Amino acid sequence: MKIASKIYLFLIFGILYIPILTLIFFSFNSSNSTAVFTGFSFRWYVELFNSPETFVALRNTLILAVLSALISTVIGTAAAEGIYRMRSKLLQTAINSVTNIPMMNPDIVTGMSMMLFFVALAGILGITYEDMGFTAMLISHVTFCLPYVILSVLPRINELGDSLSEAALDLGCTPLQAFFKVKLPNIMPGVLSGMVMAFTMSLDDFVISYFVGSSNFQTLPLLIYSMTKKKVTPDMYALSTLIVIVIFVMLLISNFKSGKKVEKKRKAGGVK
Amino acid sequence: MTKKLVLAIFLLAVLTFSLFSCDDNSDGGPAVSGNVVTLNVYNWGEYISDGFEGSLDTNAAFEEYFNTHLASKYGYSIKVNYTTYATNEDMYFKLASEAGNYDVIIPSDYMIEKMINEGMLAELDYSIITNFEYIDDGFKGDAAYYDPDNKHSVPYTYGMLGVIYNTALVDEEDYLEESWGLLWNPKYRGKILQFNNPRDAFGSAMYYMNMDINSTDPAVWDSALAKLVQQKEYLQGYVNDEIFNKMTTASAAIAPYFAGDFLTMAYQNEDLAFYYPIEGTNYFVDAMCIPKNSRNKDAANEYINFMLSEEVAVANALYIGYASPNTLVLDNEEYSEGMAELHDDWWDILYGKTPAEANEEYDYSPGYKSFSPEIQAHVNALWESLKTENATEPWVHITSITIIVAVIALAVYTVYIRKKRSRHYRLRDRENALKKIGK
Amino acid sequence: MEIKMKKKNSIMRSIAAAPHIFWAILFIVLPLIIVLYYAFTDSEGSFSFENIVSLGDYAPIFTLSVELSVIATFVCLIIGYPLAYIIAKAKPEKQRLYVMLLMLPMWTNLLIRTYSIMAILDDGGFLNTLLGTTMHIVGTKGAVIFGMVYDFLPYMVLPIYTCVSKIDKHMWEAASDLGCKPIQVMTRVILPLSMSGIISGVTMVLVPSISTFYISQKLGGGTFELIGDTIERQFVTGALNTGAAISLVMMVLIIISLTIMNRFSDEEGGIIV
Repeated sequence: MKIASKIYLFLIFGILYIPILTLIFFSFNSSNSTAVFTGFSFRWYVELFNSPETFVALRNTLILAVLSALISTVIGTAAAEGIYRMRSKLLQTAINSVTNIPMMNPDIVTGMSMMLFFVALAGILGITYEDMGFTAMLISHVTFCLPYVILSVLPRINELGDSLSEAALDLGCTPLQAFFKVKLPNIMPGVLSGMVMAFTMSLDDFVISYFVGSSNFQTLPLLIYSMTKKKVTPDMYALSTLIVIVIFVMLLISNFKSGKKVEKKRKAGGVK
Repeated sequence: MTKKLVLAIFLLAVLTFSLFSCDDNSDGGPAVSGNVVTLNVYNWGEYISDGFEGSLDTNAAFEEYFNTHLASKYGYSIKVNYTTYATNEDMYFKLASEAGNYDVIIPSDYMIEKMINEGMLAELDYSIITNFEYIDDGFKGDAAYYDPDNKHSVPYTYGMLGVIYNTALVDEEDYLEESWGLLWNPKYRGKILQFNNPRDAFGSAMYYMNMDINSTDPAVWDSALAKLVQQKEYLQGYVNDEIFNKMTTASAAIAPYFAGDFLTMAYQNEDLAFYYPIEGTNYFVDAMCIPKNSRNKDAANEYINFMLSEEVAVANALYIGYASPNTLVLDNEEYSEGMAELHDDWWDILYGKTPAEANEEYDYSPGYKSFSPEIQAHVNALWESLKTENATEPWVHITSITIIVAVIALAVYTVYIRKKRSRHYRLRDRENALKKIGK
Repeated sequence: MEIKMKKKNSIMRSIAAAPHIFWAILFIVLPLIIVLYYAFTDSEGSFSFENIVSLGDYAPIFTLSVELSVIATFVCLIIGYPLAYIIAKAKPEKQRLYVMLLMLPMWTNLLIRTYSIMAILDDGGFLNTLLGTTMHIVGTKGAVIFGMVYDFLPYMVLPIYTCVSKIDKHMWEAASDLGCKPIQVMTRVILPLSMSGIISGVTMVLVPSISTFYISQKLGGGTFELIGDTIERQFVTGALNTGAAISLVMMVLIIISLTIMNRFSDEEGGIIV
């Protein structure tokens, strides 16, 4: 059983990572092909660091992803707390269903509905669409990230129940203090994983940015898509490789460290 | 772990913010901030020399040129915000939905015509674009079929469509005919590629059959569709940029594509060869324009003028690999040396045949014109019917229906069991209660 | 008195949801109303059923999209459930590693991932070169399903994993003590308890795979079209109203089927076999 599950894990992760390894492989190609390997070279890494266009796009992508992760986490956590506190079951269900719409809706529908909305809004406000290009994109990203945050925070709040914060209130905390000092630390894992989810969704989003995006603010997925007129060059592969390797190394380090911690505790007799 | 990841995200963000804190105002923002004006340039992806391996970084060079020579004349300096698109339609979609404000765009011929008709393009200021004199006469006056007298556009690149084939996989007797027919040859079933956009796919069938590619008669399009349906069973697929990888890895043997791109492919796979079909072929021009709602028309005109100067035009022609309408480029030694590195026959392939010579046998104008909405809708519908032709396979139906039926059956069964069990428990509870009372 | 205070308190605390409610009405409900408007008007802006009526033409494309995504979701479930289960049973520090390994591919670009898959599976790709075969994979429906499974598998595994890892370890022992065989423990205890995870996993895979418009173009070799491609082309060629109508119908169908599905994930959990 143990061996069978090891083999299974190995197989699935193998299939999952073969395309990633292929991508890394071609980032070291000496020609600009992403299908024929002609020789080993670092030229695409050099090119990557000399390409202002790529870095502007990378910076835009990160700005957008960080901001939308932050905003959606704040609004989403507050919303989860509020929804939990609601007395009317009907209202709860109604809000939950509306919240889930961007998640249940295909990206392409969310994207175009947002676009039509902002075009109309620009008309009403009497400004041009492109004046709110970045704002429009940020709003759309927050909107489709929100359900993921709420979905990961709400169960934690439900699990935690009322007793802790009631105890805090009895001990003289104001409701705000009770929330920030007692409840928030306890639901933190849910909040953080919601934030990571939101960041990931925003980072990889192409469809919604494609529809809503104002041309003057180009993100990485949009840049890569625009290359399909001619061909996607291996410097994009180099960039992906760097991202994967940085995260992977971080993973290994933190895994190694937490492994050590367990070891220490074990030695101290803290953990069986 | 998640905490660390969040920390990493912020480190990453701070890093990028600090890396670029020096070059502010390149992400749109207000068009005028202080004395710096943002010039929004919207071009095809990979369609400009961007400083790759020591080549000219066009946009940086323009900023430097403008800010040293022209800033005092206009009273502001320039920051170029350069963004890219993949198709004419994407670009038009962004402009028409007013999602973007641009100062310079580079659409293709038929799109320029459409945009002129819809009043979306501004007239150019030839008192600024003095380098226009270097454009070959073959692109001026009536020769600019999409924009007579070049009122709204200055040619940037041009080229023709041809057939690329793999000499190791295609027999000599077949490719020596130099016909579109190679794309319809059943011998190469599963090895032929076709364009994944209606305009070029229908185009190939229509040049082949000597039909008008700009026909306003739906019946003509219907008969072109029949030709494409016939071709579909021989095809490996409808593709766009995948052609590069599929041809260089010999996954496919025959594909239509642009002469300039063939040079890039041939550099990676020496078996590849190219011809312009004898029946006639598409001739396109991509030209620089200024949208009517541009806020910096002077600077935009200066940008276009700058693109026509020798050093810049040569760098761009070398980077893109398409034919250049600029006479300065053709006489430049650096250009001919650079192209010769790519392919020995580069001159014959790019400039060997003029569009008129290539289209001697073709009875109509070889360039695309913009569609009327009716024809556009008709072509869209035909394209969809081509895609649905033989698109379903029995196993897909059978498997998916089996899954759906199984899931529904399971759900019904679950509800049934749940009801039965809850009734059982209710009965048991009642019995117990009765027993208690009985006691 | 105390009750009154509590009530006031609760209203106060519910205010935390106010920004979200405001946001949801402005940026979720209003845009959908605009889609509704476009779907029921013609290009001149007058009311018309034309768009909805003409949707019959798209039935084959729509059917194919649904069929392929149903199969992809099923495959995801079959592959993903054991994976989630194995991860949930691993040591805690290993669990975190596996989850992160699962999410890592999502941090690379979807388009580039798809190109890499093509480089492997193409007629002249790695796989065929390695095996010396001439299998034709890219351009078939199987390749599209593979692409969907590859890209959306994490969305299936993560919710199931969260659910399974919460199940009390002693549940298994208790069930076997009461005379269940291992298979019965699985089908009668573990599976029903992880039902909510399965439902959200299925939702998160089914929805994006129905509307995907890049994977099908590239891995499907363009020989057939899915509904996402159609909507995209409608919009880009200026047929906003038709595009909106197709989107509307797709949205309504998806939401109806998901609502039905959600009825089975209520708190009691489902009962399977």
